Amino acid sequence: MYILLVIVGSAIVTFIPRVVPLVLLSRIQIPEWGINWLKHIPVAVMAALLAQELLLSNNQFSISDNLLSLLAALPTFLVAIFSRSLLGTVLAGVISLMILRFFF
Amino acid sequence: MNESALYYEGEDSFWQGVKDCVPTLLGYLSIGFAAGVVEKTAGLSIAEIALISLILYAGSGQFIAAGMIAAAHPISAIVFTIFFVNSRHLLLSAAIAPYFRKQTIGQNILTGALLTDETFGVAINHAQHKKQLNYKWMLGLNITAYLNWVLANIAGGFFGQWIPTPEKYGLDFALPAMFIGLLILQVMSHKKYFVDIIVALSAVLIVVISSFLFPGSAGVIIATIAAATIGMVIERWK
Repeated sequence: MYILLVIVGSAIVTFIPRVVPLVLLSRIQIPEWGINWLKHIPVAVMAALLAQELLLSNNQFSISDNLLSLLAALPTFLVAIFSRSLLGTVLAGVISLMILRFFF
Repeated sequence: MNESALYYEGEDSFWQGVKDCVPTLLGYLSIGFAAGVVEKTAGLSIAEIALISLILYAGSGQFIAAGMIAAAHPISAIVFTIFFVNSRHLLLSAAIAPYFRKQTIGQNILTGALLTDETFGVAINHAQHKKQLNYKWMLGLNITAYLNWVLANIAGGFFGQWIPTPEKYGLDFALPAMFIGLLILQVMSHKKYFVDIIVALSAVLIVVISSFLFPGSAGVIIATIAAATIGMVIERWK
């Protein structure tokens, strides 16, 4: 019962922020400054998520814990810029880290 | 819904949505598998793993749920933590809303319920130079991601015990690599390099600063709000 309540409760509090803005804001005219602000959300959120993955470890800032991932990020960035392929970027990242882990 | 219209070929078809999801699948499969392993270790049954991936459907949320269940935290604490972590979806859902003006409320509820960091990233790239996103295309994208996530979780629950170190194959890097790809694609198609690079660097800096000031993962939300505001101000002031 404990696990079931955790699952259902978590699902409800995840569903609401996913659905409510989309349903409401697609019905009303958002002011221009609002649109201009929302246009920066994709770059901001991807950079923030990436920083959380590559610079934090258990929510503590740490370069040493993330050293191999940070090194693997370099070729991944280059492949992303030059190939503009999402799949190519993911494969480049995974293979880079696999090679780095093999040696270090 | 008209069946034949659902499957027609074209830039905005259901099947194009399915195809556009393919680059994200390695990420969903590896992280979903890892989530299944962690959930199993935390004491969830296969049925519970299926349920959590079907109705919570959020990588970070499921890892946190599994960890906190294993540590026997109270239900209220787990639900509150997950609400906070997943509240970034407020911003994603709001940012994508202007592209779904012509849909019914039911369609928008379904699109929102299946929105993830990855499907958001793919959709917002697809929306460049478009006024509206097609519901059927979005459905193809979302359902492909969803099914792969659920299957990977269940597979992780079943087979996890025999695969001790998925990290050895670099699969844990599929998620950050995905974010790198989505970030770069966004910046390159936006063609506002100066503003975008400042926004991205601000977000990174604020995430790091937040980690010193706040426990948990409040940093991502604070950084996203602050960096987007910085971007808006720079554009107005330039």
